[in-house]
Amino acid sequence: MNADSHHAIVISNTESIPGRKIVEFYGVVTGNTVRAKHVGRDIMAGLKNIVGGELRGYTELLQDSRNEATERMVEQAKSMGANAVVNVRFATSSISQGAAELFAYGTAVRVS
Amino acid sequence: MENLGLLFDFGLPLLILMIAYFIGSAIEKRHFANIRKREDDLHGFPVVSFDTMPDDWKVSSSNLVTGSIVISLDYFKRVIAGLRGLIGGRIKTYEPLLERARREALLRMTESAREQGYDAIFNVRLETSRLANATRDGKGTAGVEMLAFGTAVKFASRFG
Repeated sequence: MNADSHHAIVISNTESIPGRKIVEFYGVVTGNTVRAKHVGRDIMAGLKNIVGGELRGYTELLQDSRNEATERMVEQAKSMGANAVVNVRFATSSISQGAAELFAYGTAVRVS
Repeated sequence: MENLGLLFDFGLPLLILMIAYFIGSAIEKRHFANIRKREDDLHGFPVVSFDTMPDDWKVSSSNLVTGSIVISLDYFKRVIAGLRGLIGGRIKTYEPLLERARREALLRMTESAREQGYDAIFNVRLETSRLANATRDGKGTAGVEMLAFGTAVKFASRFG
């Protein structure tokens, strides 16, 4: 995850931001994205399916998707006036053959 | 003619299976060597799964870091696992696959934290999710994603 893409907001998967104090709670913020796989990527994946190993195209696809879900969560937190999101969790669910939902959620807070 | 038909029916899948096994093992061996080397490089970089920080860490800034990898459950491993499914027990072909994926995800997370100038990671969590099933005829991609994430911190003064 790129720290520069949401510079004003600090995110953390702990219940507080290390070294800071939470002064206000804004509630749960969420962000999601549903992605379908790409035919070109799937051809390479088909080859990898025989010998095994990393499906690099998919790794990148999911990484991008997760960044986008996180970005949306951060946008929502910003619009509430928060400057941090704590206790962030990720979820991935395969909703149909060839499509997956990436989901990020956390608690928007203001830290001193 | 009949023999030729038999050869195609059984010989070809068997050949693919053998090729898959040898190439797959070679890739796995190389990947494990690569993982071990990178783990040695990161020796001394604290990565812990505690949900609170040790008291002697004085922190100046923090952020979330992640690392992930999608791996395929390949043809050979699926066949072996399918056979195993008949009698039950340990499926040894999957174990190293999942292990190397998990270690790779952890490494990517740690390397990304180090690149961004962080000194340690705590509250590390690992997640495994299955992306899609292969279809019954063996086509389609059975992928498993490993995700590692944690809170990376910069020390104000190391163990001050």
